[in-house]
Amino acid sequence: MKISEIASLLDAEVLCCKDGVFHQVHSACGSDMMSDVLAYVKDQAVLITGLVNPQVIRTAEMMDMRCIVFVRNKRPSAEMLSLAEETGIVILATQKRMFEACGLLYTNGLAPKEV
Amino acid sequence: MDNQSILSYTFNVDGNDFSSAGEASVQVKKILRNIGFDAEVIRRVSIAMYEAEINMVIHAGGGVAQLFVHPDKIILVLTDKGPGIADISLAMSEGYSTAPDNIRSLGFGAGMGLPNIKRYSDELDIQSKVGEGTTLTITVKP
Repeated sequence: MKISEIASLLDAEVLCCKDGVFHQVHSACGSDMMSDVLAYVKDQAVLITGLVNPQVIRTAEMMDMRCIVFVRNKRPSAEMLSLAEETGIVILATQKRMFEACGLLYTNGLAPKEV
Repeated sequence: MDNQSILSYTFNVDGNDFSSAGEASVQVKKILRNIGFDAEVIRRVSIAMYEAEINMVIHAGGGVAQLFVHPDKIILVLTDKGPGIADISLAMSEGYSTAPDNIRSLGFGAGMGLPNIKRYSDELDIQSKVGEGTTLTITVKP
C-alpha cells in the first residue's frame, strides 16, 4: 500500500515530507508506548500512535520507519516536524481513534508483520 | 582504553532535557551509515544505543557515550555517574522498571530497556556500583 492510500483511508492530513507519500509500505504497528515499539516491533514501516513528543520521531528513526500516523487529532510540534523532515519520515494526522485507524488499515491490506 | 579500534567518537549526553535524548544515537546512526555498514547492523546498534541513552537520561542525569568501530565489531560504552543499579539481574528482567510516572507518560519506562539492549547486541557487560554510577559496554558484530 502506498502511504498516500493510508492518508486517504484515514482521511488524514500530510504534515511533512509530502514527496514520500508514494513509498510502498507493507506493515504497521500501533502503540502509545515507545518502550514496547522498540522491544517488540520488527520491520514495520508505519507507526500509528496518539503519543506526541520528540521521542516518537526518534523511535521511528532508530527503527527505520517511513511514516508516523498521529491519531485522535493529535498535532506534532514544529520541533517534531523538523526532526521528521531531517530524516524524511512522512507525518500524517487523522481525527480517527487508534482502534478505528488500525482496523481500517488492517482490513485494507496492511499487515502486522512484514511478509 | 580501546587501542585496536580504527575509529572512535565521544558524545556528551545531556541529562536535563528529555526531549533532546537520542541526539547521540542519531549521530551514531549517521556515522555507521557513512562508513557503509549493513542496514540491519546499523539498526541493531541504533536501537541498543537509543535505549541506553534514554536510560542514561531517565535514571542518571546524563553521561558520556563512546563509539568504537573495529573491523569486526562495533562497541558502545556508556558511562554515567548516576545512582547505580542495586540488583542487575532484577534490572535485566522484562517489565521491571524504576522509572517515574512522568517518564511513563512520555512512552518510556516499561522495563524493556536493558533486556532489549541484550536482545539486539552480541555482548552486553554491565558494571555498576550503587552511589557511584554505571558503565554499559555493548558489542555488536556485523
